[in-house]
Amino acid sequence: MTTTPQAPSQIGHPAPRKEDARLITGRTRWTDNLRPAGTLHVSFLRSPHAHARITGIDTTTARSQPGVVTVLTGADLAAEQGSLPCAWPVTSDIVHPDHPPMAVDEVRYVGEAVACVVARDAGAALDALELIDVDYEAKPPVVDLEEALAEDAALVHEDAGTNRCYVWPLSSGDVSGAFDSAPVVLQRRYTQQRLIPAAMEPRSVVCEPDGDSFTLYSSTQVPHIVRVMLAMTTGIPEQNIRVIAPDVGGGFGSKLQVTAEEALALLLARRLGQPVKWTETRSEGFQTTHHGRGQIQDVAIAADTDGRIRGLKVDLLADMGAYLMLITPGTPLLGALMYPGIYKMDAYSFSCTGVFTTKTPTDAYRGAGRPEATFAIERIMDELASELGLDPVELRRRNWIENTEFPYETVAGLTYDSGNYEAATDRALELFGYDSLRQEQSARRSQDGSADDAPTQLGIGVSTYTEMCGLAPSRVLGSLSYGAGGWEHAAVRMLPTGKVEVVTGTTPHGQGHDTCWSQIAADQLGVDYADVRVLHGDTQVAPKGMDTYGSRSLVVGGAALVQACTRVVEKARPVAAHLLEAAVEDVEFTGGAFRVRGTPEPATTMAEVALAAFTAHDLPEGTEPSLDAEATVDPENFSYPHGTHLCAVEVDTETGRVDIRSYVAVDDVGVVVNPQIVDGQVHGGIAQGIGQALYEEAVHDADGNLVTSTMADYLLPSAADLPDFVTDRTESPATTHPLGVKGVGEAGTIASTPAVVNAIADALAPYGVRDVPMPCTPERVWRAIQAAREQNGEDQ
Amino acid sequence: MIPSTFTYEQPADVSTALEIMSRAAPDPQEADGAVTVLAGGQSLVPLLRFRLAAPDVVVDLGGCAELQGIRDMGDHLWIGAMTTHHDVIRDPLVAEHCGLLAQATRTVADPAVRHRGTIGGSLAHADPAGDLPAVALTLNAEMIIDGPDGQREVPAGEFFLDYLTSALEPDELLTGIRIPKWPGWTFHYEKFNRTAQAWALVGVAAAVQRVHGDLAEVRVGLTNMGATPVRARGVEQAARGIPAQRRAVTEASRQASSGTEPPSDTHAQSDYRRHLAQVLTGRAISRAAGL
Repeated sequence: MTTTPQAPSQIGHPAPRKEDARLITGRTRWTDNLRPAGTLHVSFLRSPHAHARITGIDTTTARSQPGVVTVLTGADLAAEQGSLPCAWPVTSDIVHPDHPPMAVDEVRYVGEAVACVVARDAGAALDALELIDVDYEAKPPVVDLEEALAEDAALVHEDAGTNRCYVWPLSSGDVSGAFDSAPVVLQRRYTQQRLIPAAMEPRSVVCEPDGDSFTLYSSTQVPHIVRVMLAMTTGIPEQNIRVIAPDVGGGFGSKLQVTAEEALALLLARRLGQPVKWTETRSEGFQTTHHGRGQIQDVAIAADTDGRIRGLKVDLLADMGAYLMLITPGTPLLGALMYPGIYKMDAYSFSCTGVFTTKTPTDAYRGAGRPEATFAIERIMDELASELGLDPVELRRRNWIENTEFPYETVAGLTYDSGNYEAATDRALELFGYDSLRQEQSARRSQDGSADDAPTQLGIGVSTYTEMCGLAPSRVLGSLSYGAGGWEHAAVRMLPTGKVEVVTGTTPHGQGHDTCWSQIAADQLGVDYADVRVLHGDTQVAPKGMDTYGSRSLVVGGAALVQACTRVVEKARPVAAHLLEAAVEDVEFTGGAFRVRGTPEPATTMAEVALAAFTAHDLPEGTEPSLDAEATVDPENFSYPHGTHLCAVEVDTETGRVDIRSYVAVDDVGVVVNPQIVDGQVHGGIAQGIGQALYEEAVHDADGNLVTSTMADYLLPSAADLPDFVTDRTESPATTHPLGVKGVGEAGTIASTPAVVNAIADALAPYGVRDVPMPCTPERVWRAIQAAREQNGEDQ
Repeated sequence: MIPSTFTYEQPADVSTALEIMSRAAPDPQEADGAVTVLAGGQSLVPLLRFRLAAPDVVVDLGGCAELQGIRDMGDHLWIGAMTTHHDVIRDPLVAEHCGLLAQATRTVADPAVRHRGTIGGSLAHADPAGDLPAVALTLNAEMIIDGPDGQREVPAGEFFLDYLTSALEPDELLTGIRIPKWPGWTFHYEKFNRTAQAWALVGVAAAVQRVHGDLAEVRVGLTNMGATPVRARGVEQAARGIPAQRRAVTEASRQASSGTEPPSDTHAQSDYRRHLAQVLTGRAISRAAGL
């Protein structure tokens, strides 16, 4: 028997990502790389109208083209296609119209599928598409949210009698009391423009039939949810559907969906008895993959003259688009509890009105509800600071929850378990050089005399955010009318050779689960990092799971993994005691090995126990052969990462161009398993948040056409457009989690957008510019300056 | 997306290319669109994939070695139409005699595009939002055009006729570009785009001949200020002989948008483009003049 030297903990180690070689080279199983024998290709004819009746479709010519197997319309599929699911009917009286995967008699957004061609190759399918004739009778588009609610508005769904989908209110404390007596009340409107999620890998589906069973490969974040939902909507028994998410190239929420194309692939495979495949083009994805954000926020804050917040009122209009998809109505509500942010206040009210429009449906996009909430509170805090003549950081200090006050129950009813806003902010200010930048700003402004003489203006923006991760305690989801639980599952199998298979119900699409789960299992079991294999993303291999979104994988799935590992250790302990010829209660598991308490040697390793459990030649009485365990964990609380982001911009006032000069992010995501992965998440998140602040917007014309329909018109920032990010961390472990982790998938996106816009507003303050709508394009910034100059001119 | 079916030809020389083109387009008036030239493909391939172009024949000039390279012809440079942006940027003759071209080419798209895209392809595409047409105009480039009836030369000022429309007939090829040498001139290309890879909202090509303390002569070409690249002649006149000082340059640059008809689109409204043209022209001339 040998002694294993105690391995250093894997937690906190920047282990190189196990998955990178295959993901970066592309030598892997992307869905579009899969070609089962006999695969047929599907292409969809999509509506060029935002709203129209379909009065006739002629597919005769298309059907007769070489290579074409069949051409089908919504009418052909009407009897079997069902309605796409919405799992979150947020109120009992919600308007929930049918959502046929393929339009039957009416189209309600540009891009909605009206027919499909199935052909032997993808080119033939596209050629035939051009030969289908559709007669449309145009109906009025519904584009603007406020106009949609007018009494005489055209209706997206005539049967519903209204474009109002739901109204969801929340109130806490004496809101009118707080506002009536407050010396300072600010009322602001912010617009969260529609965004187009643009994962690197487009959506792709392959469905392979085998008798009455089906294997559906999809570029999805949620294979488990897709399986349940497709079984419910198509009537195919759940046990006959296997869903596999092979390697998936990004999602950001856009693949947290059960899509029309997935449902139709399944139906076509069943109808034709052959594998079918569809991969979206980028332009097709822009029109049909769900969009994000799309809200008008009316926000009011009441405060004392010293800046203490008394109350907050939030009134949202949320653009549902044409139909309710998986969590369309619930997405804005994920922010409902987060508008108070890190601040103490007496009263809070929130109301969200969901509105139908003839546009692509909206749904979750990185942060889902929380970036919108954080933007609103962090922007209005800056406006309040400006109103009161206070430094924005000082205003925040006067209102935030102090680190001695945790756990803290917020006005919205959440219990923040831990945090240290002082520590994160102090560190961020130091790294940023806040004081000296403020000095430079003031020196430049006074030296320039008047703002008008300065071609560039320095602006400083702060964002002190928190968010809720780890979706979610099932009881909370139930109370919010969500259709499923928020638990997660893990299984751990010790193999006879001492290697480990870990099964997780979470489904990575770039996050690095193979790496982090290996690190955790290695630590928990005392095995080598390299000896752990992580399995996921296949409902047959990982039969239980709730998948990956909302920064939940490490928080909920990690807790399940720790629990399963603990159970393996407990199952191993009597076997180890037997091998060590010691009493079970005398055997401890430390440093990755079992030993008799108090004696450094002899010890036995997990691998030795695993072999003994496998051979089962000499196990203690009553011990089951083999060594494995599983666990399904329901989180007791959300986790609450927080942090302070600071952004300095130089605004060219002659052209309106905004250049980010420096950016500092100090995040507190609790205990960090892999700092390299956390940095990657923060970098990508900040980039995406900057995208919303400066570049991205899904623009529709008055007819409801998507104008920004390609990447030439919908601008995404690349590395060349972004500054170096300075990142650091403070660490307040989550108290409700065995590892103390909090989640990091969305933090950067949530924090960065208001930091950038606050900086722009700060830069333009000398001109009297209060706000610039997002995205803060050069033209918008320039126009804001022009408008303020005219205003000032009139005042004089 | 997958392009419509087409015949792909890769001739090894210009005469074969012209032969294929005249065969594919026997009557140029009727056969418009029947044959398309692939000269790097950085604009054409997206058009094919969007099915916005559906030619019967695509003639790839990538095999014509005679269309590549940059030569010193005494008072001017000859640049083969199929010379890549990357090669233009690195060429010492270009740097020495018409640095504006290298400077503007460096701002084209991204490295991948610059390794495949060609100067001839860019110019023949005649996109007013492209960077090189305005540069060709500013530098008085001559387009060398080969066709069934032999060779002709068209000055840049007469080459760009309309949006995506040049003086090239359907059976003609742009085979080379002559660019005069500009001894004693200094240059700057000022590009204003929203992201590094985006087209210019407005671009300004400036060439300046500075004599002692004055700007003896100034030439300015504007990108994306109309259906074709345009010269800012108002600025050129106003700036002739002015002192090499920022204030004077700024004053002269106020003429930059006069006579232009810039587009309004998703990225910028026309009045903003006019404003940008003035600001950027001032900056471009100032930088070209070392101010």
